[in-house]
Amino acid sequence: MSEKQTLLVIGNGMVGQHFLATLVKNPIKEQYNIVTFCEEPRAAYDRVHLSAFFSGTSAKELSLVEDGFFEQNDITIHIGDKAVSIDREQKIVTSEKGIQVHYDKLVLATGSYPFVPPVPGHDRPQCLVYRTIEDLEAMTEAAKTGKVGTVVGGGLLGLEAAKALKDLGLQTHVVEFAPRLMAVQLDDAGGAMLRRKIEALGVVVHTSKNTSLITDGEQCVNKMCFADGEELETDIVLFSAGIRPRDDIARACGLDVGQRGGIVINNDCKTSDPDIYAIGECALWNGMIYGLVAPGYAMARTVVNNLAGNIDSSFTGADMSTKLKLMGVDVASIGDAHAKTQGAMVYSYQNGASEVYKRLVVSEDKKYLLGAVLVGDAAGYSTLLQYCLNGIELPENPDALILPSRSDESVGLGVDALPASATVCSCYNVTKGSICSAIEAGCTTVDDLKQQTQAATGCGGCATLVKSVLNSELAKQGYAVNTDLCEHFAYTRQDLVNLIRVKQIKTFTELLTEHGKGLGCEICKPTVASILASQWNEHILETDHAALQDTNDKFLANMQKDGTYSVVPRITGGEISPDMLIALGQVGKKYQLYTKITGGQRVDLFGARLEQLPLIWKELIDAGFESGHAYGKSLRTVKSCVGSSWCRYGVDDSVSLAIELENRYKGLRSPHKIKFAVSGCTRECAEAQSKDVGVIATENGWNLYVCGNGGMKPRHADLFATGLDKATLIKTIDRFLSFYVRTADRLQRTSVWMENMEGGLDYLKSVIIDDKLSLGEELEQQMQTVIDTYQCEWKTTIENEEKLKHFRYFINSDATDDNVIFVEERGQIRPARDEERKHFNLVEVA
Amino acid sequence: MQWQNVCSVADLAENSGVCALVNGLQVAIFYIPDIRSTNLSLFSNPVYAINNYDPIGKANVLSRGIVGDINGQLIVSSPLYKQHFNLETGRCLENETVAVPVYACRIDEDRVQVDTRLVAPLRQLIKQGTE
Repeated sequence: MSEKQTLLVIGNGMVGQHFLATLVKNPIKEQYNIVTFCEEPRAAYDRVHLSAFFSGTSAKELSLVEDGFFEQNDITIHIGDKAVSIDREQKIVTSEKGIQVHYDKLVLATGSYPFVPPVPGHDRPQCLVYRTIEDLEAMTEAAKTGKVGTVVGGGLLGLEAAKALKDLGLQTHVVEFAPRLMAVQLDDAGGAMLRRKIEALGVVVHTSKNTSLITDGEQCVNKMCFADGEELETDIVLFSAGIRPRDDIARACGLDVGQRGGIVINNDCKTSDPDIYAIGECALWNGMIYGLVAPGYAMARTVVNNLAGNIDSSFTGADMSTKLKLMGVDVASIGDAHAKTQGAMVYSYQNGASEVYKRLVVSEDKKYLLGAVLVGDAAGYSTLLQYCLNGIELPENPDALILPSRSDESVGLGVDALPASATVCSCYNVTKGSICSAIEAGCTTVDDLKQQTQAATGCGGCATLVKSVLNSELAKQGYAVNTDLCEHFAYTRQDLVNLIRVKQIKTFTELLTEHGKGLGCEICKPTVASILASQWNEHILETDHAALQDTNDKFLANMQKDGTYSVVPRITGGEISPDMLIALGQVGKKYQLYTKITGGQRVDLFGARLEQLPLIWKELIDAGFESGHAYGKSLRTVKSCVGSSWCRYGVDDSVSLAIELENRYKGLRSPHKIKFAVSGCTRECAEAQSKDVGVIATENGWNLYVCGNGGMKPRHADLFATGLDKATLIKTIDRFLSFYVRTADRLQRTSVWMENMEGGLDYLKSVIIDDKLSLGEELEQQMQTVIDTYQCEWKTTIENEEKLKHFRYFINSDATDDNVIFVEERGQIRPARDEERKHFNLVEVA
Repeated sequence: MQWQNVCSVADLAENSGVCALVNGLQVAIFYIPDIRSTNLSLFSNPVYAINNYDPIGKANVLSRGIVGDINGQLIVSSPLYKQHFNLETGRCLENETVAVPVYACRIDEDRVQVDTRLVAPLRQLIKQGTE
């Protein structure tokens, strides 16, 4: 066996890392010892989503490197060490710390640096750039004392940086040299619309401004002076005026570089030295530097293929189309946005009221899409991009693609119209064809496809498209892509909610007769029972509803493995007096129940027989307890820390709020269980960020987190709104919960509900906070109805003879289930195990 | 011993189950008046009786399951692990080798009656299953 060659990669940024990740999946990796230098103190992280750092995402979460990646793949990484010179004769690279590595093949992925205009005073204190996590930390530090922050540069990155300043609580300005924002991607009208939207968010935009000097400020640390004589006082100056390729190391060793910088590469991504490649933002291909991550990834793949001897794979330019959300504003630009193509025709649509601007650039014969600009609503981006990239012929009236549809009819491009070669995921270059093959090979869910093809695992922008391809292909293979609730109702849960609301349907029988068939089953019955409860809130054991309930709801307790039940009284916010605790203990002792503290700060009493439930509850209710709804798909608990009443660090009274919230939403029936928590400060002792609804006290008010959960697939909650007063907080939660109850699927937790929602968290915010659907009031009313009709289900039950009938074990005898056998363990009972049961109640076969 | 009076119709729960003690056996009795408006059963009998013991969950719970129909079969879904048992044959829809005993059940005037001698088809079924 021949000696392995050494492959050295300089730079472990997004592109460098993508190169390594692609390489280790290729058998060619066996021929190389892989070594990489990483200048920064940490391995590759997601620079695209850097501003998420300020919304609470940690450096670790931004990481692009899976734990153990370098070890498992035998890659030597020199972290915090910068390669400083290349000796091409000897093929040796030397680092700052003096490490020398001999290479056979060298890949330069040195990236770029932020361009700082040579304005006098650009190196003054608090004049910063926005590129690395260290830069962000410097910004955070500067923001602690400053009040005003100004971004120089109104491009993509500049606006991202402005968001970061805004998130830091600074009064934010954007200064742009060109007459409009995002000059490269947008036309004048699009830029103007974007400007209005961004100014509405409280960011001051200055265009056509040429900074001539930065000097001492009077109220602030710095003062910017512009060529037109105007001035701006600011504490922080953040330069985001474009990038420059880092080509110094290549330049020093005599590789060809462009006139304005950039390491010259050919279609194989080779530099002027055939053993040295360059990829990403440091590379100059055909006179172009690509400042986006997708083309960098494409270059990385080209190099891997080239090393593997696959000569067909060359880099031939990349699409610069982009879609992103800048400070909550959708912006997208596709292809020839400026209509520079000979004979190009333009369609545009502008809606000042809803602040939407769309523009289509089509070929002279109006058959093909050349480019597009979307501001304020980028929903059509995927469709338009497919038209553009794949040369699909446009419909007869192309403007239908940007005009708002007034009917329910969608003008979207059916996935079937896409050719197999169409790129669905541009981050990982996954074509429709490869998705189809994966489906043929057995993938039946989006998760399967993500694992198999990596599609939708980058920026995630193509997730909806991937799902459509999946559904369409499955349908073609004869799989019924069935969204029916069950065989009895050809409707989704959401359809049924609407039917019940609009037609004022009050019973399952009514719904089944009019809109279903058969008798029903254990899927539709509890689902409909839950919808009826959240809509009309009648007692769940009323004659019309009792037979629909899942067993736990039916007996208002939680069935355990041996058919006995556990009982959980409500302990709001986890606060309980010694007297109540004693009362609870006495009941547990009297009925010899196994007693355990739950994760939701209450007490669970196990081993209650069916016929004991009313007796136990009579005593609990007399002692002042009420139902804890542990048996229902409903609000479970509102966990709280002790808060400002006792805690040295508490910022606000988390216990009082938790109790108020729990009392407000107790009894609400929902598609799945709902858990809340309230923390009195950001130490977060109540673990609010792992709950469906989490509230954390801050100096500026309550911060609201939504859609988190623990359990099988834990998910951190997303920050939904900040600095709320109590009234606004409650209003927001009212709307959120009502909307969830109305639109989620059966057994869908809030997290999955939100993730499956087209538009995700931002859409949810637009409905709940911005009231985009004008549903807010209705949702609040719906919640108020439920609150006004709350009853303790157990109290009503023990006062009603008819309902108590359900709780006899035998309808014709006072005997009890002799198959329930307990043994003792650690001083309490537990069900006997199979081997412990001496007297089996065997079923006799006649 | 043949038909035995168990309770009155008023003691039953509509479209749901109750448990009765008959000859020392726990019998789950399901009352489905709505059956008449469907073509799910040949006989349109509104009452069905099976043994209350869930052989998969190993507990006496079947009377507490939700009744309904799946693929044209009248079923109860076990409250423990949700397997479906056919109310007329006792067969488990998810596992062919599992079945529960089925008893004859009828309404005579206002009385609900059960015959705990197994109905014939099931006896065969269990025999096949054990061989």
